[in-house]
Amino acid sequence: MTETLVEVDDLKVHFPIKRGVFLDRVVGHVKAVDGVDLRIAKGQTYGLVGESGCGKSTLGRALLQLTPPTGGRVNFDGTELTTLPAKQLRSMRRRMQMIFQDPMSSLDPRQNVESILTEGLQAHGLGGDRTERRKIIAKALDAVGLPQWALSRYPHEFSGGQRQRIGIARAVVLNPDLIVADEPVSALDVSIQAQVINLLEELQEELGLTYLVIAHDLAVVRHISDTVGVMYLGALVEEAPSDDIYRTPLHPYTRALMSAVPVPDPEVEDRRERILLAGDLPSPANPPSGCRFHTRCPWAQPTRCGTERPELRVVGTGAHRVACHFVEQIESGEIRPHTVKAEVIADGAGSKDAHGALETALETPGGPGI
Amino acid sequence: MPLLDVKDLSVTFSRRGQRTVRAVDGVSFAVEAGEVVGLVGESGCGKSVTSLALMGLLPKQKGVTIGGSAMFGDTDLLQTDERSMRDIRGRDVAMIFQDPLSSLNPVVPIGIQVTEVLTRHRGLTGEAARKEAVELLNRVGIPDPSRRLKEYPHQLSGGMRQRALIAMAVACAPKLLIADEPTTALDVTIQAQILELLRELVRESGTALIMITHDLGVVAGMCDKVNVLYAGRVIESARRKPLFADPRHPYTNGLLGSVPRLDSGKGERLHAIRGSVRDVLPWPDGCAFAPRCDQRVEACVGEPPALVEDIHRHAYRCVNPESRTAEVPS
Repeated sequence: MTETLVEVDDLKVHFPIKRGVFLDRVVGHVKAVDGVDLRIAKGQTYGLVGESGCGKSTLGRALLQLTPPTGGRVNFDGTELTTLPAKQLRSMRRRMQMIFQDPMSSLDPRQNVESILTEGLQAHGLGGDRTERRKIIAKALDAVGLPQWALSRYPHEFSGGQRQRIGIARAVVLNPDLIVADEPVSALDVSIQAQVINLLEELQEELGLTYLVIAHDLAVVRHISDTVGVMYLGALVEEAPSDDIYRTPLHPYTRALMSAVPVPDPEVEDRRERILLAGDLPSPANPPSGCRFHTRCPWAQPTRCGTERPELRVVGTGAHRVACHFVEQIESGEIRPHTVKAEVIADGAGSKDAHGALETALETPGGPGI
Repeated sequence: MPLLDVKDLSVTFSRRGQRTVRAVDGVSFAVEAGEVVGLVGESGCGKSVTSLALMGLLPKQKGVTIGGSAMFGDTDLLQTDERSMRDIRGRDVAMIFQDPLSSLNPVVPIGIQVTEVLTRHRGLTGEAARKEAVELLNRVGIPDPSRRLKEYPHQLSGGMRQRALIAMAVACAPKLLIADEPTTALDVTIQAQILELLRELVRESGTALIMITHDLGVVAGMCDKVNVLYAGRVIESARRKPLFADPRHPYTNGLLGSVPRLDSGKGERLHAIRGSVRDVLPWPDGCAFAPRCDQRVEACVGEPPALVEDIHRHAYRCVNPESRTAEVPS
């Protein structure tokens, strides 16, 4: 096993919900991240997937201490970040950089590219004099495949893909160890997406970077990651090496998620088994008791699922971890999916049932927050 | 005769002091009754402008020039005046947009927005309209419809809003439904629900569907025929299986190569297409893809390549196409 760069233990980020005019009474908490453990190995890519509102971005920000965690520990290369004094944290930040989703709003429109790239170097007192800094910047531009004349240009003069390259250059110019990329390609067109994904992979090989890639697109995450973690309502429900999780997804949510992704191949699409989930994501302010997925789970059981929160535990051999009480029974076929809540649909059949099923599922008390 | 026959549609935008933009350049396609036709392409390829032109939703003002024809039965949608267009829209041709929140009126309850269509086109009022609205919401899978009718758009989730929009679109059992990126704003599990709903509507009511999307996966699972757009032109069109099995245009081929697939392994490098559509504006007279194309030959520059059609009605606009890779099921 390779060396671990990041160790996250029981990380929690709870945002208070406030009411009232003068006295801000706290009436509850949105548990955006609620007890996440994960390890990221040096030089590897950890992919974090989940639907909007599952807390994946908050987790990424909390890991970098951009959003202060309300509980838990984050250990970065032997240093505990959550208790680190502000000054030391600041210098530590050089080693942990971030790439954002929207390359337009994460670049200052009034700064030219040279200034964008120099700012980080200056802030950390790197690069010595001007000529030396210029050299470093030129190298970074080269690495991300932008021409040198880009230096004097402003963000609006570039296309979306090129802007994302500027964002990546801004991150790598500081020679970081870890890059947290939050939806790095979701704002880009397909053909541009591929360029940026290839670039991220090349940079990793050249510079030995460690990535935490946060994305909602499972195919992208699958392509780029060594390990994949699936999040649902603030917690990891499954974590495994990339190949394993796609070959044998074990958690019911992961199964549903995988089956929902359209594959650009008509032959595959026609054969594909779809598991339609009923309803929407429940509110993280008032998550379901027990297993958070039990309200939408086609395999949910009357015992345990509604009352006892499953721990992430190792299933089978090696590194496959799943948070489900009944994963073995589901895998062996001992527990069959309910026909009531969601329907496994082979193409062309039974959609009417799934439809009626949606209503049934939503009408049950304690169902998804509607 | 096809339900909708679009011939040589072109849309140009011009503004004084700025160069003229030809957003759609000679697009032709046909839609048969009950068929799902896909318009695929990346941003800026003209797919949305095509749909807006068909619906008569482009501003009729100086600087916007629409050419060609779009025969819907006996009427040419492009020549129809605004008054008769209002009768057609919503009744015979309906549309679903990408962002359900901005296409619903935020200060009007869902119920009024749904019954509005019923009153306008089917003359239903009062209790009859309300009952029909409940029935419609029920049909698109919105739970507890009578309560939902009183609610405002912001009280519904993204998926529910899209369902409400679909309910409005199918209220008058239109012959043709145009869906412009209907699932792009939604999560994958919700996307799966909405796509299933659309499939079911097409199957049950025989409505023809024009599916506008950038997602090749959605196309592979839904469309009977696919038109790939690039720089305002249809550069390839075929039935879905031959298109995916044997893409002839280098752009289609490149697009398929650049999508990471769930069923492929890690570490396989994606075949990215270099550059971007916007590198060469205005688009050259010849093949607009030529500057990014690896198979460019001299004949690509100069005149736009003609549409070549093979015996399987697989058409493409390329002078140096990809070679056939497989024997294709027709």
